Amino acid sequence: MERTLAETIKEITKKHLEENNGLIMGQCLTAVGWVNHTVPDCENIIELPMIDVAGSGIVAGAALVGRRPIFVIRFQDFINLNSSFIVDYAAKTKYLFGYGTPIFIRALSTEGKGAGPTHSAISHSYFMHVPGIKVCSPMTPGEYQEIWDEFMKDDCPMYVSEHRHSFNQTKELEDIILPNADITLYGISASRFNMIEAAKELEKKNIKCNLSHILWLKPLSLDRMIKPLKESKLGLVIDSDFEIAGASQSIAYELMKQTGYRVEALGAEDRPTGTYERYENGTPKVEKIVEKTKNLLKKK
Amino acid sequence: MVLIDEKKFLDIYRKMDYTRKFENQVMSAVDKGEIKCPVYLSIGQEAISSTLSVFYKPDLIFTQHRGHSVYLAYGGDIGKLIDELLGKDSGCNRGRGGSPGIQDLGIGMIGHHGLIGENVPIAVGAALGDPSKKVLCVFGDGAAEEDYVFTAMGFAVTHKLPVFFVCEDNNLSILTKKSERRSWELTDATKAIGMPSANIPDDPFVIAEYVKEFRNNLPAFLNCRTCRHRWHTGTGEDGKPEKDRLEIFREELIKNGLEHKIYRTEQLNGVEVEKLWKEHLQKQ
Repeated sequence: MERTLAETIKEITKKHLEENNGLIMGQCLTAVGWVNHTVPDCENIIELPMIDVAGSGIVAGAALVGRRPIFVIRFQDFINLNSSFIVDYAAKTKYLFGYGTPIFIRALSTEGKGAGPTHSAISHSYFMHVPGIKVCSPMTPGEYQEIWDEFMKDDCPMYVSEHRHSFNQTKELEDIILPNADITLYGISASRFNMIEAAKELEKKNIKCNLSHILWLKPLSLDRMIKPLKESKLGLVIDSDFEIAGASQSIAYELMKQTGYRVEALGAEDRPTGTYERYENGTPKVEKIVEKTKNLLKKK
Repeated sequence: MVLIDEKKFLDIYRKMDYTRKFENQVMSAVDKGEIKCPVYLSIGQEAISSTLSVFYKPDLIFTQHRGHSVYLAYGGDIGKLIDELLGKDSGCNRGRGGSPGIQDLGIGMIGHHGLIGENVPIAVGAALGDPSKKVLCVFGDGAAEEDYVFTAMGFAVTHKLPVFFVCEDNNLSILTKKSERRSWELTDATKAIGMPSANIPDDPFVIAEYVKEFRNNLPAFLNCRTCRHRWHTGTGEDGKPEKDRLEIFREELIKNGLEHKIYRTEQLNGVEVEKLWKEHLQKQ
């Protein structure tokens, strides 16, 4: 039977806690649902009190003495309070002091169902701006294993932008490169699922889309991403995080710089999220991706 | 007062005097333009770390920006400290930390990145990660007001972590007095959560008694009231300091008949410190 992403996270964590003397630390880890069934019931779970700010400092200290803690932020919005020790300390120790502070930061996000203004953020773009930290957004079991293996290779802290909409995912998401494609769509985080649906809608209108999935945001490797763009000569980077000064704009800029082809960005709107559905903000909906793509093609 | 343990108190004096002489050289190098980074001097506060180092032997030490005295008292590499202040690659942080970011892993001293009080949660986390290690965590009265300091101390109480917290309370945050910033003492709060705590002067005889009492009953907290002689940053001063613990302690030891040993210590310290600074400045 295929493993879901949530089961994969749980298995990786269990192995780390039981075999590597690792730690998992966070608030309410063993409460209802055990963080969407991603936390195993075993030793080395540290329930942090509601001490946002100090919490990440304690995690950093545990990392310094070799415990390679997994730090769970149940809603990415909460990272704002916890970020000082990550941005100001963990990301800098390698450069300043010669040793790293390896923290695996599981930053979860969600959208809809009234998540509202402080429980729906996706904040990977903030961390792309910080030297000394790796940033990724895995949406499949295989990708999660890949980023975990990468984390264990060195002592660099890693910001893992997770999305609850992906936790039941069992299949890998492969790039699609079509002959004579009209556009290349690049997806980040949960927008990858909407991107796939949008491509199906566009196909019905005889618009052929290459699909390119972005796992690593920092360091960013453009090699695999450039080839389909050279074929389609037009690109769109779609992200669940805010578009303005965010990952989508940054990567679109890098792609344009490398190829000279037009690449635009589409992400969450530059406004807070409201609680009720009509005020939601976040991953661009399928219709919005379709509309944006059609408009871009008109300019091609 | 009759000294029960003459050797230990002479050692405390040796360390205090050494630190003072070292920092006098720092001031001279700053004033001559040989040191170009901001410096955070411990002058006036030497008694705390000097006494701690004689009676408490931690595996890991977490300080903050005003860390020269802790570094020297616990036997950090002096040449590397001088080189760090001079911004050399051979410095204890390869010239990347400067005065506020010193470290020496040989004595278990972890580098500080420059944000006050952040060493407290980090120290607590290190003790959680490896409870076999005894930890010393030194911060100031300004840092004591950072919300994450008390919450981290609370976590240490909950998990019974072996951390000795020490506040070098010089009553000043830059130049703002404690009474203008708050109406409470951190020791009242820590006592309330069950941590052995005391608010005491920086008198080595008093510190020694409390360290001996607390060191096997961690986590514990000592708030030591002291007097910073120089500005928050740099070598400047605002008139004569309220007290000079080094002088007061020296008089006490002399009253106890240690005059000759004191003179000898001062002479040896003076020669060594001067020689080291000369050597490292010449290498520039």
